[in-house]
Amino acid sequence: MYTEAKVEFAEVKSDVAEETSDPGSSAPRIDAFDTVADIIADTCDIPRDQIKRESHAINDLGIDSLDFLDVVFGIDKAFGIKLPLEQWTQEVNDRKATTEQYFVLSNLCARIGDLVAAKGA
Amino acid sequence: MRLEYFQLVDQIVELDLVGRTIKAQAQVPYTSTIFEGHFPGHPLMPGVLLTEAMAQTSGWLIIGVTGFARMPFLAAVKEAKLRTFVSPGQMLSLRARLLHDGSGYAITKAAIDVDGKTVAESELTFRVMAFPDPRFRDSMSEVAQRIGFPVEAPALPVEEPEHV
Repeated sequence: MYTEAKVEFAEVKSDVAEETSDPGSSAPRIDAFDTVADIIADTCDIPRDQIKRESHAINDLGIDSLDFLDVVFGIDKAFGIKLPLEQWTQEVNDRKATTEQYFVLSNLCARIGDLVAAKGA
Repeated sequence: MRLEYFQLVDQIVELDLVGRTIKAQAQVPYTSTIFEGHFPGHPLMPGVLLTEAMAQTSGWLIIGVTGFARMPFLAAVKEAKLRTFVSPGQMLSLRARLLHDGSGYAITKAAIDVDGKTVAESELTFRVMAFPDPRFRDSMSEVAQRIGFPVEAPALPVEEPEHV
């Protein structure tokens, strides 16, 4: 599963494609934050006011990998998507991505928005 | 059941890969050292082993859905309910339904019926990953054949020897 140590490799290769994003699409992106924050608060028993857009799910909110599965289940159900958690974990472990890219809530919500838009396309 | 080998499913009765459900059966053994301790003079099938039977039933469903490509490992047991005592010799009807097939995880709802009455149920979470070892997969394939699991493990690619 994903490493909980901070990854020092900050520079992401430019050819790492964000498979779910489509810069050319004009589909409006949903803001998933409130739903995601509610899911986290409910699933992980974290006070809702501690959950911010800039919060890092692992480093700030202390969510471990098993609890994060519950969060992902909630997100998958709420938005009708399948978050590619395995792929993200592998990219972090292979140092092709940082944990911030996927687990800072603003970034996580952006990726959810991409997946929802791709579903509707 | 091969209780001491922790193989608690005797026979797969039905596997529905479209509906993502499974039915199986297993007979609680009449004798086991487990019953001698649990409990002396009042043998009962331990609730945790009923939970394990539900997990194994669910696990076979997940193996089926993945085409025998991935192995589920129990990660969480939620609201397991053990509604009544289960005794040696009883025939268990096991069933499970895949609630969600996520990326690297799966959620099932499973239950056990005896004589038409539900005696146990639980929601279960599994981590799902590629088989860590081809021999492990082969041994699971042997178990699958023994219990009548209808999905065959695909042949593994033959490794070409290195040419110097």
